[in-house]
Formats: sequence, structure tokens, C-alpha cells
Amino acid sequence: MNDAYAVRAEGLEKRYGEKRALDGFDLAVREGTVHGLLGPNGAGKTTAVRILSTLVRLDGGRATVAGLDVARQARQVRARIGLTGQYAALDEVLTGRQNLEMFGRLFHLGGRRARARAVELLERFDLTDAADKGVGGYSGGMRRRLDLAASMILAPAVLFLDEPTTGLDPRSRGDVWDAVRALVADGTTVLLTTQYLEEADKLASRITVIDQGRAIADDTPDGLKNLVGGDRIEVVVAERAEIPRVVKAVARVADGEPETDETELRVHAPVTDRVAALTDVARTLQDEGVGVEDIGLRRPSLDDVFLRLTGHRTDKEAAA
Amino acid sequence: MSALDLTTGPDGRGRLYWLLSDVANIVRRGLTHYRRQPVNIAWQLGFPILSVLLYGYVFGSAMTVPGGGDYKDFLMPGMFVMTMAFGFINTATVVVHDSTKGVIDRFRSMPMASSAVVAGRGVTDLVVACAELAIMMLTALAMGWRPDGGWGFLAAFGLLLWLRFALIWVGVWLGLLVPNPEAAGGLFAVAFPLTMISSIFVAPQLMPDWLGWVAAWNPISSTAAAARDLFGTPAGGGDSWVEQHALLMAGLWPLVLTAVFLPLAVRRFQRLSR
Repeated sequence: MNDAYAVRAEGLEKRYGEKRALDGFDLAVREGTVHGLLGPNGAGKTTAVRILSTLVRLDGGRATVAGLDVARQARQVRARIGLTGQYAALDEVLTGRQNLEMFGRLFHLGGRRARARAVELLERFDLTDAADKGVGGYSGGMRRRLDLAASMILAPAVLFLDEPTTGLDPRSRGDVWDAVRALVADGTTVLLTTQYLEEADKLASRITVIDQGRAIADDTPDGLKNLVGGDRIEVVVAERAEIPRVVKAVARVADGEPETDETELRVHAPVTDRVAALTDVARTLQDEGVGVEDIGLRRPSLDDVFLRLTGHRTDKEAAA
Repeated sequence: MSALDLTTGPDGRGRLYWLLSDVANIVRRGLTHYRRQPVNIAWQLGFPILSVLLYGYVFGSAMTVPGGGDYKDFLMPGMFVMTMAFGFINTATVVVHDSTKGVIDRFRSMPMASSAVVAGRGVTDLVVACAELAIMMLTALAMGWRPDGGWGFLAAFGLLLWLRFALIWVGVWLGLLVPNPEAAGGLFAVAFPLTMISSIFVAPQLMPDWLGWVAAWNPISSTAAAARDLFGTPAGGGDSWVEQHALLMAGLWPLVLTAVFLPLAVRRFQRLSR
């Protein structure tokens, strides 16, 4: 096994009755990086994280974390990982300090070291002022930070973050991102699942896309975007009636079939010769007197990647 | 990474040491809850104490005890049993909170002994049960209840805790079974009639035959009858086999409950890994 990988999974399988939650899932996460795991609801993201963090037994395949087998060396794995799940797993009645001290003692630090570590982490996550208040009164962002702090008591080799910013306001999300970056700077490897593609784009140096229990793509964020195709030309019109003329004008310069969004009155298509295509379409529409609201070039987003690879939008939009 | 390997402890202490240490830390957590929210004890004892007042003073004069004796003296040991019996709701409530909020998952992802999660819960509940019994008994004494002292008293106390011990596993099992904390609150609606159809409030022989039979065979009736006997307070008699052998059955019933529900609770806990 290559030492440069903090997490390796080969052909992971997990069945729940008839349903195959994981169906030959492969993953390789380089040490000291943030690796994003993206996929629609029910694709197997959380199952993969639960297997790798030793919470759930696998039915087939094998996986190592920090060089240790998750099935046969679960206890040693547990001393090297941190886990922050979808809900902040904290004791609501205890104070922030009491939570960290309790988890520290349960990590077998002993009383004195557990207390000292709690003070350090409270300081680091900007929770010193609230240290002696009950967690029940914490805001969502504070809980997340305390949850992260609890995952980092032993300075884990690998940290699993399962949708760490779901339900947070933008500012708290930024705080969590800063904490993650600081951790990685200290040498921790992070496996991040998220439904915010922007989050994966900002934090992850590599992304695996999972769908129906399999890895269907694995690349850098830019590599994934190139997979979908390069830049696209995009035209937004004022009236629905103008759409056919725009489609015709765009089709002349596009590399592929133009796509139309009827509700947003938007036409877009992939192009290679960017400026020439833009000028051509702009001139044609002007000559024909089409009422254009907006026209421009756009890099594909991870949302486009997602749509192309899985055939559906992300959870967030599907739910909306 | 070897500097981070603390599974055996910095001084090479063994697994048993860490198991006990883990249990102690889970107990410490449970007791800290009561220290931070002492009012919880009052909530838990509110119903039994209210029942003592309601049944003792409001209905008391209309109640008769077969074989004679004061109804309040008959009622008190029943209230202690009810306090123990309702305890499984507390166990279930804490367990369902921990499992739905991910706290149990966090424990399981840590290098601690996962059996300590359940064992620590059990020890916490027994410590709390001792405190609850002490408060209930002081209340009873203040209301004029006068038990025999000595070994009989200690044996009765022990039988009450023995019942509570058996119900820990019912609580853990239910806590892992019910889907959310709200559902755990609904357990009270199940527990209340189960405690009513017993010898806690009224002697079974005063009920219709079939109901009296059910009430006499209710496991908590045996503990109540045995406790009354050992406290030297009116026992309410009864001539069925199970009532004649209350002491034996008060020892046996919790053993049966433990034999059924401990494996169920453990299996449910292990199923979390599926």
C-alpha cells in the first residue's frame, strides 16, 4: 500500500437488504490534502464515511485509513481519526469545556491533559467566552466549531467531515472553512462530503463523484470542469418569443447543441473560439433586433459537472 | 504517528483499566447532567410524590387494605416500586437522545470501549435510583410511614434496585428502538397503565378475578409485596401462588427481564454497525 495515501478504498460493498448502498466503490485520498466526496442524496456518501470511520461493517472490498485496515484494526484506526457528522454530536447539557474534557478523557488523555487540551481547543476555535455555558444555548456555528474541536482532540491523521456546514449561515461556514484549512496546514488529511459544490471547489484539491454506490469520476475541480467541456456562451433574452432566433444564432458558432432554459429565458452552448463566438452572436442578434438582457462567456461550474455526470442536479436544488 | 497511539495509554495500562476508566467517565457525564439540571430529579419524582399525596390523602379514606392496616403504609412501598419502574423511561430518553444526536456514533468512532457506553448508562441510573429512593423514603417518613429497620430494610432497598437494574436493559433497548425523542415521551402512556394494573395502589384480590390475576403476576407486584413484607408494613395478603412466593418472585422476575432484555439491548447496540 502506498504510504502517500491517507485513505484507500478498493471495491467497497455495502448492502441494505436489496439496496446496494456501495457497489464497488474506490477511493484514494492523498496525505495532507482535502478530498471532496460529492454525490446526490442516497448515492452512498455517508455510507462510505461511516465504513471508513469504523462505524459500519463493510460487506466486501477493503479499506485502509492511515495505513490500517478498517475492518481488522478498527481500534487503532479510531485513535487516528476524527469524525464530524451531519449533526453536531455533542452533549447538549454539558458546557463546551465539559464536552471537550469528557471526550479528552475518553480518548485516554488522562484528566490533566484533557483539561489542558480543552483550554487550547476552546481558544483556537474562538469559544473561550462561551466555554462555561451549556451547549444547548450555543448557536449553530458555535456547535459546529465545538464539534470540530472535539474531532481534533488527538490531532487526527484523518478527519472525516460529513456535510460540516449544512444549515450554517455564510459567516459560520467561512469560520468552518478556516478551521479546516488550519488543520490541513498542520498535516491532517480531510475527507469532506458536502452538498455545496462551491464548498468542494474552494476547499478540495481533488474530488470524487459518487453515484449509485460507485465512483463515477475522480479528478481535480478544474479537471472535472474540463470534462464537461470548456467555456460556454450564454444569452438571456427579454421575451420568450425571441428564444428560437437566439438558438439559431448560437448554434452557428457552438460546438454542441444549444441548451434552452425556458423559465429563465436562457440559451447556452459550449464554444471553443471564445471571443469570435461572442462577437459573432452579439452582432447577429443586434442585426436581427433581438432584445438581449445579458450575453457573456461562462466557465462551467461544478453544478454543470454534476448534472452531466449524474443526470440530476445536486440535493440542494432537487429539494428546492 | 506513533506518538498519537493512546489506545493502551501512555503508561501501558491494560484494557480492563481503560474499560473501568471509560465507564467512570460516562457515569461522571451522566451525574454532571443532574448537577447542572437538579430540577430533573424533581421532575422524575414529581409523579410518584403527587401520587402519594393524591392516593394517600384524597382517595386514602376510601381505600381498604385486605388484612387491615393503614392505607398510607401500604401505599409507600408501592410508590418506591413505581419510581423504580418509571426509571426505564429516563434510560430510554437519554439513550434515544444520544443515538439520534450522533453522540453514540462519536463514542463509537473513538478508541474507547464501546461497551462502556451502555455499562456507564447502567451505573449512572443505579446511582440516581439510590438518590431517588432516599428522597422518596424521607418523604414517606415525613408523612408518618414507619418501616422496620435492620436487614429487612436493606433487603427491600436491594430488591428495589434489582428491579431498576433489570429495567435499565428495557430502557436501553427501547431507546435504541424508538425513532426520536418525542416517541420516547410516549412511553409514559404505556408505563402508566402497566404500573396501575399491579399491587402498587390496590391489592389484586379486590379487583375482578381475571384482572387480579394479571395484576398479581405483574413483575412489579412481586417487588412491591416483598418490599412491604420486609419493611414490616401492611402487605395486603393474597392467596395465589405468586403472591405467597413474593420474595422468591421479586428475586426471579428481574432476572428473567434481564435475561430477555440484556441480549436484546446488546444486539440492538451491535446492529448500529450494520
